[in-house]
Amino acid sequence: MDFGFKLSPSSAINLDNVNPDKFEELHRAEPDVYKCMACGSCTSTCPAGRYSGMSIRKVILALQRGKEKEAVAMMKNCMLCGKCSMVCPRGINTRHLILSICRIYEEERK
Amino acid sequence: MKENIVIIGGGIAGMETAAQLLDLGYKPIIIEKSDHLGGHVADWNRLFPDMSPAADVVRSLASRVSGANIFLNTEISFINKLKDSYNIMLSNGISIVTRIIVMATGFALFDASKKEEYGYGVYDQVMTNKDLEHWFNTGEDPRINDSAMNAVGFVHCVGSRDEKARNTQCSKVCCITAVKQAIELKQKFPDAMIYCFYMDLRMFGKKYEDFYIGAQRDYGIRFIRGRVSEVSENIDGRVIVKAEDTLSGKPVKATLDLLVLMSGMVCSQDSTKVANMARLPIDTDGFLKSRDNVMDIIESPKEGVFYAGACTGPKTVPETLAEARAAALKVHLFIKGLE
Amino acid sequence: MIYQGKQKIWADYQKEIPDDHWFYVRSCIRQNFFPGAEKMFLEICRGLLGKDFYETEHHTTCGGIAYHCDTIPQETVMTIVARQFALMTEAGYENYVASCITSFGNYIEILETWKEFPELETRIRELLWKACRREFKKPEYVAHASDLIYKYRNEIAAKAKYRLVNRLTGEPLKAVEHIGCHYAKMFPARGIGGAEYPYVLSGMIEAWGGNVIDYPERRHCCGYGFRQYHVKANRGYSLSNTHKKFESMEPYHPDFILTNCPGCPYFMDRWQYVIAETEGKTYGENGFGIPVLTYEELASLVLGYDPWDIGLQLHQVAVEPLLDKLGIEYDPAAKYKGLDEKEIMRPELPGVLRCC
Repeated sequence: MDFGFKLSPSSAINLDNVNPDKFEELHRAEPDVYKCMACGSCTSTCPAGRYSGMSIRKVILALQRGKEKEAVAMMKNCMLCGKCSMVCPRGINTRHLILSICRIYEEERK
Repeated sequence: MKENIVIIGGGIAGMETAAQLLDLGYKPIIIEKSDHLGGHVADWNRLFPDMSPAADVVRSLASRVSGANIFLNTEISFINKLKDSYNIMLSNGISIVTRIIVMATGFALFDASKKEEYGYGVYDQVMTNKDLEHWFNTGEDPRINDSAMNAVGFVHCVGSRDEKARNTQCSKVCCITAVKQAIELKQKFPDAMIYCFYMDLRMFGKKYEDFYIGAQRDYGIRFIRGRVSEVSENIDGRVIVKAEDTLSGKPVKATLDLLVLMSGMVCSQDSTKVANMARLPIDTDGFLKSRDNVMDIIESPKEGVFYAGACTGPKTVPETLAEARAAALKVHLFIKGLE
Repeated sequence: MIYQGKQKIWADYQKEIPDDHWFYVRSCIRQNFFPGAEKMFLEICRGLLGKDFYETEHHTTCGGIAYHCDTIPQETVMTIVARQFALMTEAGYENYVASCITSFGNYIEILETWKEFPELETRIRELLWKACRREFKKPEYVAHASDLIYKYRNEIAAKAKYRLVNRLTGEPLKAVEHIGCHYAKMFPARGIGGAEYPYVLSGMIEAWGGNVIDYPERRHCCGYGFRQYHVKANRGYSLSNTHKKFESMEPYHPDFILTNCPGCPYFMDRWQYVIAETEGKTYGENGFGIPVLTYEELASLVLGYDPWDIGLQLHQVAVEPLLDKLGIEYDPAAKYKGLDEKEIMRPELPGVLRCC
């Protein structure tokens, strides 16, 4: 029956439903991925970010919250310029990380 | 050397003060309300950042104060101010006249049951940082079931930075304690997912940041920036926490086998009680008020009354020990000045 | 769950409630939603327990619903409330009891606001005088009607004809209690049992023989949420919040839900129908819903009143499975008969939710 309204989708993240396997695989390949402390240096200087929504900080977060497709879609805008690896205070090799994400999340990129 | 020195509190602050004074040739008196020395550190298992055993600290201090006059199971009944000294009446009937008091009355852990929304004492699988240390020490706690530890959460700032709990101060050591305890649990349960729910991470001390990086990089502990706002229990008896993942701006929910509440340091009621007897002022944060919070943190505004350790605010073990040594030196100089 | 831990909290949030002589004010909407509830409250308090409860036809809405929908300013709602207090003063009462949770919250909020800002109270007194030449004394005590049934719960238990026990199994009935948000969330100390683990309804269920279920979304809003429902574009939020609660309580198989707010029983009752029709899901046994009762209706049931005399035929979710469990005798043929024994109209039966 159509009442003119229905259940609204929830934006809440349920960590119980997040499958950690791929992120664990990424962690094995890129131990530094966990070192991100969300300072935002990468995003503030990303030449693609302000026009396309690309943020490697958000990609790392989204992968941990079960939003792989969202993360990978964002990453398509990366131009691999290397600026984020210059500014990261935790020394994360973001270039290497991005390439590993592309490899491990091959399925989600399709 | 006939001058009485009364140290109130037999935790690590009182013990270190006494140990230094013994080395300087005095015979201090330690008054301790419980039946053992060591205070909160005696309840702890290992200490950050090098995981040194807490028992070693207490044992070493205990051996150094064996020459002091120690009254265990003893409380202060009242303190009378005489002309230039104090008459301290103890609960065991002994009275001591002294010109020198060292307040080493320490802190109390915030009573986590006051944060009703976290369900400490109501939900089966909720414990505090202290309970977890007890388990590290004894291996005994019904809340920890070795075969069912798949997800564990730590809640930072329980009763700290909390106006409603009447503690606006940062309890300072809980962030690093949570990191330490999260690593220790991960070592015991390598397959468990461990979350730390934090508002800020305050890694101010020597090697703390490295410790935190290690927790992330080597142990895969998940740090979620957001304060747990509600805990409930599901039909299996596990706990469900709700928080906001403030970095993504979305509500987040997780079902956990164990929730550890990082109870903060607050001024102990006993400390306030003794301070009132000696007419010592209380600072706006509820801890004892120093003569000056920059230059004279270990001196009270009263002649001959000194502070050591967490009675003036949250402190780490090395900070407490350093203050205790400084307090001992102040006592020594004070006595020299009297001669 | 550690029951003693809850008892410790309950002990911290008890309030002294005067035993008698109350000025009773009805809710704007309850008489349409569940018309038997308020009638039965007065019947129990006056008729059965012999207490003095006064009500006046001059009482109006407290303005709370408009205030919470952001359609009238605070000064207006305060002046409306000041007029109600004037009616109480004129009638010679000092104890004020509200049937509605939002009214209760509204009164407490206004009194607390006047305590903090006495100049506002002075101004409202002026406005009331200009508007209708009335003056008022503030109540000595403001209670919610469920506080009183809680207070009288043991007297009711002593007079009860039925216990909240399943006649077929001998087991206590499993009850979900749901507290209206405005009961204690704004002022936790004003609610029996506080805001996190309220005891006002649990106390009734325990006293009358039932078992209380504590499920993960117990504290969550019923879904009404005023503007979430009243603005049609937001109505999906209302439904979704209710859905969230039902999903959370489902594994516990509750026999019924007890509420103390005008909106909560209505939305938890009616949305079960909408969820059934849109999602195809029902939460009771055998395709039925979970009956949702007000505390007055439940008190009336245990006291042995006829289910159709207390208005249970106006519930969307059929109450018959609960009546059967309680062992209450009822005449199915009388369900839709009016006071004159003539048939009143029968509702159309839903497609998915089983109703009889």
